[in-house]
Amino acid sequence: MTDHASFIQRLCLDRLTLERGQRRLFCDLTETLSAGEAMALTGANGAGKTSLLRAIAGFLTPASGQVRFEGPGGELEAETARAEGLHLLAHQDGLKTSRTAGEELDFWARWLGGTGQLETAVEIFNLKPLLELEVRKLSAGQRRRLALARLLAAPRPLWLLDEPMAPLDTAMRRKLGEVMQAHLAEGGMILAAVHDPLPFPTRALHVGAPA
Amino acid sequence: MSAPGGPIAALFRREMSLAFGRGGGPLLACGFYAGVAVLLPLAEGPDPARLASVATGAAFATLALASLLSLERLFERDYEDGALDLLSLGTPGLTVVAAVKCLAQWLATGAPLAVAAPLVAIALGAAPALAPLIFLASLLAGLGFSFIGGIGAALSLGTRRGGVLVAVIVLPLFTPLVVFGAGAVDAFANGLDWAPALALLGAYCLGACALAPFAMAAACRNAMS
Repeated sequence: MTDHASFIQRLCLDRLTLERGQRRLFCDLTETLSAGEAMALTGANGAGKTSLLRAIAGFLTPASGQVRFEGPGGELEAETARAEGLHLLAHQDGLKTSRTAGEELDFWARWLGGTGQLETAVEIFNLKPLLELEVRKLSAGQRRRLALARLLAAPRPLWLLDEPMAPLDTAMRRKLGEVMQAHLAEGGMILAAVHDPLPFPTRALHVGAPA
Repeated sequence: MSAPGGPIAALFRREMSLAFGRGGGPLLACGFYAGVAVLLPLAEGPDPARLASVATGAAFATLALASLLSLERLFERDYEDGALDLLSLGTPGLTVVAAVKCLAQWLATGAPLAVAAPLVAIALGAAPALAPLIFLASLLAGLGFSFIGGIGAALSLGTRRGGVLVAVIVLPLFTPLVVFGAGAVDAFANGLDWAPALALLGAYCLGACALAPFAMAAACRNAMS
């Protein structure tokens, strides 16, 4: 796999305030995530975990403050960093139900800049038997595995994951834990919204009212 | 695992395969088109002279309406299932996504309609000699219909009953295409110079192709936030 050390090395949230409609989700959030680190994003339902991930991905404009990406040569242009360095795994996985799992995986790998890691991704998430099936025939866990395979098929340093473990079975959760640790070992970064702790040591970031 | 090609080629293949599955796609539009051609003589009366005089006009007006049919879904499905988010995270960016989608829409819906257009016009009584020009003008107009229509589709994202909104937004912008398209064919039928109208039609389409993708990308970004 590729070495991520050359691209995004640090994600900085700088006095970030997010609002949805009239409601303020959180204000003045300052946090830094560096290469090789994972951060578990916790908070009650509706506290703003997903909104924070979407703000980092550039879909939400913060009410104030900013999201910055830093590389080896200083600050990166946010648009480039997002287009080349960031994966978002959300509840809505963007998979088309009328196409086969293989077609969808192949397309997304190419679109997100895949460089020939498809076979590895297929093997790790045990997708071989599913590739010929239409996405509509997959279970929730199988769909999630297909969505996760994109993370490996197109190597990018920063992973924004929204409850990545939720629909997976025990064995696959363990497997995903290993995949995430391998990603960190290569200098990747993970910010994951979770309710249960991840199966390896992480830093914690709590949004919303104190737990 | 499949054919080679970069991200844009892959997106184009995906769009084509989705367009042919998208609620009937080309078949629905052509069926609608043929339906109007059958109903018009019944409503207008069987007098061939009268039919022939409205044939090209009716063919173009119907073409505009038929190309509206599948426009509503152009961005909506990708918006609803989260694919639009991921598409915007690709290296080529949303502007390219919009352009490729409209191009695929043109090939999947506009091109079959352009083949049907001369047939419909001749069935209504237009002179067969007009067929090549009707085909060419319809093909060009179809390009404009899908790029202009894409703006409406992107602007209506996230609204209920988006189809009505698309029609209200884009039909006024369709008028130059109908005027110049039908105008070129009319001029040719009357032995006048048809090239200026066709050139204006082409200019309008090229303008739409160049500018519309930026508008669509901005509208999509607005809907995603």
